[in-house]
Parts: sequence; structure tokens; C-alpha cells
Amino acid sequence: MSSAGSRDIVLGRIRRALADVPRTERPQDVPVERTYLRTHGERSERQTADLLAENLADYRAVVHRCPSGELPVRVASLLAARGSATVVVAPGVPQEWLSEAAGVARIPDSAGQTAHELDSVDSVVTGCAVAIAETGTIVLDASPDQGRRRITLVPDHHICVVRLADQVVDSVPQALERLDPARPLTWISGPSATSDIELDRVEGVHGPRTLEVVLVEG
Amino acid sequence: MSGTYRGAPAFPKAAEASTRDRQLRGNLRHATHTIRAKRARAVAELGDWAQLRAAGAAIKDHTLRHLDHYLEQLEAAVTAAGGQVHWAVDADEANRIVAELVKATGETEVVKVKSMATQEIGLNEALAEQGIRAYETDLAELIVQLGDDRPSHILVPAIHRNRSEIRDIFRSTMGKWGRPAPDDLTDSPAELAEAARLHLREKFLGAKVAVSGANFMVAETGTLVVVESEGNGRMCLTLPETLISVVGIEKVVPTWQDLEVFLQLLPRSSTAERMNPYTSTWTGTTDGDGPQTFHLILLDNGRTDTLADTVGRQALRCIRCSACLNVCPVYERAGGHAYGSPYPGPIGAILTPQLRGTASEVDASLPYASTLCGACYEVCPVAIDIPEVLVHLRERVAEGGPATRHGTKVTIKPARGHAAERAAMRAARWAFEHPRALRAGERLASGTRSVHPARLRLPGPARAWSDTRDLPSAPPEPFRDWWQRTRGARGGDGGRATQ
Repeated sequence: MSSAGSRDIVLGRIRRALADVPRTERPQDVPVERTYLRTHGERSERQTADLLAENLADYRAVVHRCPSGELPVRVASLLAARGSATVVVAPGVPQEWLSEAAGVARIPDSAGQTAHELDSVDSVVTGCAVAIAETGTIVLDASPDQGRRRITLVPDHHICVVRLADQVVDSVPQALERLDPARPLTWISGPSATSDIELDRVEGVHGPRTLEVVLVEG
Repeated sequence: MSGTYRGAPAFPKAAEASTRDRQLRGNLRHATHTIRAKRARAVAELGDWAQLRAAGAAIKDHTLRHLDHYLEQLEAAVTAAGGQVHWAVDADEANRIVAELVKATGETEVVKVKSMATQEIGLNEALAEQGIRAYETDLAELIVQLGDDRPSHILVPAIHRNRSEIRDIFRSTMGKWGRPAPDDLTDSPAELAEAARLHLREKFLGAKVAVSGANFMVAETGTLVVVESEGNGRMCLTLPETLISVVGIEKVVPTWQDLEVFLQLLPRSSTAERMNPYTSTWTGTTDGDGPQTFHLILLDNGRTDTLADTVGRQALRCIRCSACLNVCPVYERAGGHAYGSPYPGPIGAILTPQLRGTASEVDASLPYASTLCGACYEVCPVAIDIPEVLVHLRERVAEGGPATRHGTKVTIKPARGHAAERAAMRAARWAFEHPRALRAGERLASGTRSVHPARLRLPGPARAWSDTRDLPSAPPEPFRDWWQRTRGARGGDGGRATQ
């Protein structure tokens, strides 16, 4: 819709503006020094898991830990405690995760579902792509066990399951190495919040106001 | 009040009024001091902050040196991923493209993610002229829009409002835009956030078109990144069918790996968090998930003119964190509106006169809206030497000289208002070039020191300046005489003798 002319004008202006850059210089001729750290400290697997739990909780996520065998019971109890009657489930979430939540109606994540319909669902249960201990962040990449982005956005209660054995990294640089930029990513650090009133943080605006993270051991 | 900044008064005139507003000063002092201490703690957690800061500056400088290359790479990657790329030379062209794209969908309403670029180009007003209503969804932008107000801070545009003012705005105007605020709304921040949630939810769930900016664009992958807190960004980026992103050309970074630097620098510098609640990244479109139509508008609007200035171009490193605003003694007292632009504070004082030029009264006054204390440079996560650029721009205003406007090299004429300053500088230069005259003057000053007044009232326009400054006390003996008397015997090269 913009004329090809504008593209040429902008690129031409840039080239004239950079008259001080030698014509023969290529982008790869100007290396960037990366002397910063890949992680901030050496940690055992256990210490990394503890730091993740601590930082998630610091930003008001509710953190639970359980052995993998107890996950179905734990998910069922969280849904029951919340009083959830309906839960939207991504297509790739293992059947057994919800095997103990007999009384909760499962809503499949389907393309035809409107945002209004999703708004009436009580909870959502997903896995994750990676979790970052140093920042208390979980990252979703819309894989089958996480579903489309909207299902973790509209319902007010999100239960996210993190496998400690292979899904936790220490730092932001390590997380980016693992993630595929072609997929739509959502980085989540605690429930929705704002600092817009007097620069003071308040939890609970548009995203899920309750974020529960279940760290699964073994 | 809202929208346009045309005809804004010069900074000193605007600040003269705003510094007398006790409510405003109280609100700003409270908010900026709250965030300052928190930011310092968040930054101290990372032992390699200095290295991250250096890398952030280096990546931005690297990108700017080859900006044409990276924009072409970005365009190809976005297009390959299913997006459509448009180029806008200026604000009018960007606004026209957005309006045409919205009209093509048949919609007359859009939801907006907070975006500095769309503030800069006055998009909401331009869309309104075309019969399209834009709903701001960031809480602070909502407060500004409902209050028919202007933003006064990059991160928290309603920072000049305290909680009870916000409650009053919500109660009186929310109903005109959609779902009204509850009758028993109090001024507790949690209740105010809840009122905004309910008011905006109906807009999100029905929205067909969204407009956003972006914090970063990755050239190699064609990925856009939006960093936010509330989830309004996710709503706009996920639920509508069409997404239009208006992004300044300087927001591009070369590689996916580069995000590892900026996703550490930005949240800690802006909201003083280890990580902001939500970050969304998207690459073109994804089948069945999120908007199926994606347009990216690459905006120049003065950025290439800024790039042409080898001193001033470092302002294009800015990642809009607003840490410089929060530490600035001038911003804290004058408030954001005095800067006459959506970019207030120290970064605004160097960015606005470069993006818009220094022809208007307010733009020519902005490089002077600083004490040059350097606190802004200290906290800048991409090490922009703001005082250096301020002095550079002051020189351009006072002395005139070469600059680039709308892609064309021009010669700026010296500003009229600085005649006294130039005369003083000429006099100083003459004195330093005539040592005998300088010595005579120094001896005269020392000889008459007993009768010097504490203040010397100057006539005319210099009076306001001289009224607030003590006259420096002259020494009993000029330094050069003292040197001659105590060290002169060693042959005039006394510097070496003291080594």
C-alpha cells in the first residue's frame, strides 16, 4: 500500500546518512563483544529448581512441587480448590494429567471457539516449552501441549506444568538458545500486573489473575 | 489538550507553570523515587550489568552502521513468514497507510497496544478524522485517553495523575467510551485495575483489528517482540484477525541471540523487574493461532536525519525504558508535558529536536532543559551519552551549522535568542587571545575585590540569570601572578618541576 518510492527514499536516506561508514565495510566486519555472563552463578539442578520456585513466587505465581506420579491428583485438587467447573485443555496435554479431575468438564481447544466462549471457561491446563530460574519465567511456544496463545490468556486461572528434569534453564541466554523463533512465543513471569498507578506494582489486569505453576520432579 | 503538540510553548515557559503545580510535583516525586530505588536493586542483582550495557550499545551501534542491510533482511524475513511490509517516510504517510488498511477490513474500531511510535505520529487523531475509533488498552494510556490528556512519561504516560485523580476520571468518563466504572469505585489501585479490566474486556473479545508498536524486530528471523505487563498486549496481538504494527526503523536488531541482551536490560531498567509479566514474540502469521493478516509499517519520520548526525545518532540506540526520566531532577520538577512531545525527559530533550528539527520555539529550547548533571547517562542501559548530545545540540541552536532535514543537507541559522551568549563567548575568546588584556582584567578584579557586591545585577534579559547567582569571589592575587612570583624563577616551565 505504500509506494515503492517510499522504500527507496528511506533506504537512500540511510545510505547518505552513513557516509562516514567505509563503503567496503560489511556488517560482519564490526563484531560485537559479548563479555557478559551466560548464567549468573553455578547451581546444581536442585538449586536451579529452588531459584525458579523462589522467583516465581516473588512475582505472585502460586508454586507447587510434586513427584510425577502425583501430578493427576495435584491438578485435580487445584481445580477443585478453585471451584472450576470447566477447563480448557490443549490437544497435546497427556490424558493422565486430568485423569483424577472427574467432575470438571473438559473443553477442547478448537479453531471455531470464539473469544467470548473462552471467556466463560474457568481454567486452563498446559505444559510449557522452557522455564527460566533466574527471572522466574515460563515460556510457552504453542506446541500441542500448550495450545493456541488465546487459551492461556482469556481464562482467569492458568495451571502450568513444568518438568524439572528437562525443561528448566538458569538464564535468559540459555532459554533463547532452546526456543524456535518461528513459533509464536509467550513469556510469562507471574500473573498479569501493572505499575501504571504511581509506579507501584499491582497484580491482576487482563491476563489470568491466578497463575499456578506445578514443578514436577522425576 | 490531547493529541497534537503543534504550537507548544518553549520549555522554560511551560516549566514555569508546571513547577508551580504542587500536586504534579508531589505525584512525580513520589512515583520517580519509588522506581529509582527498585531499579537500583534490580540492576545490582546482575554482576555483569556493565558488560550487558556495553553489549547493548555495541549491538545497536553495529545495527545502525548497516541499517539499510538489516532492514532489507528484516523485510525479506517478515514477508517470507506471511507478513506484509510497508515503508513510511513520515507521520502522514504512516497514518494514511494504517487508515487504508483498517478501511480495507471494513471495521471502524481498532484496539491499540501502547506504542510510542503511534503517539509520535498522532495516529489516533488521524484515524478519528477518517471515522475510525482507536481504543487505548494500556492502563495508563486509557487514563490519558479518558481524561482527554497528554502522556507525560514514556513507560507510565499517566504518571502525573495520582490514584484519586484516576478514580475521578474513571467515574466521570468510562461510561462515554463503553462499560462504566462501578458506582462505589474507590481509589485503591487494585480496584482501579479491576475497573479497567472490566471496561476493556468487551473491547478485546470483539476486536477485529489491532494496532501495535514493537520493542524489537529481529532481522534474521523476521520476529517482532512486544514487552508488556498487563496482558492488554497479548489480547491485541492474539485475538483480532488483523494486526498492524507501526515500528521505527531503529528498532531492528540483527539476530535472535541479540535478544538475550535486551531482554535482560529492558525490564530491569524500566519497571525494575527481573522480567516483565508478559513478552510476546511473533514471526509473520501462524495458521489457526493469532491474527491471520499481519502488516508491518517501517517508520522513518526523522530517524534518518538523526542517523546523519554522527554525534546525535546515538539517540537511536534508545530502547524506551524511561530510566533517564526517573532520575532526572529537571523532569521530576517540570513534568513531562513541558517537553512538548511524547518523548519527555532527558532522552526527549535529545530525540525530539533531532526527529523534528530545531526550527520551532519548543524544539530549540529542549537541549537546554537539563542541568547536564549526567545522571541520565549513568542509568542508560545502552549508554547513550545524553549530556554530550545536549551540548552538541545547544551548539547547533546557538551557532547554527550543517544538519539534515527530510533527507536533505541544510545549514541551520543561529537562533536569534542567543545573541548575548554568543557575544559573551566572543568576548571571552578575544580576552584569551590577548594575554596582556587578560592580565590587566584579572589584576583589576583582584584589586577591587573589597568593593565587589555579592550579586551583580545585569540589565535587560540577563537580569533573571544574574538575580539567581552569586558573583564569584575574585582571589586576592591572580593565579598567573602567583605562579610567576612563586615558580617563575625556575624558567617558566613550572609544570615539569612539580612532576
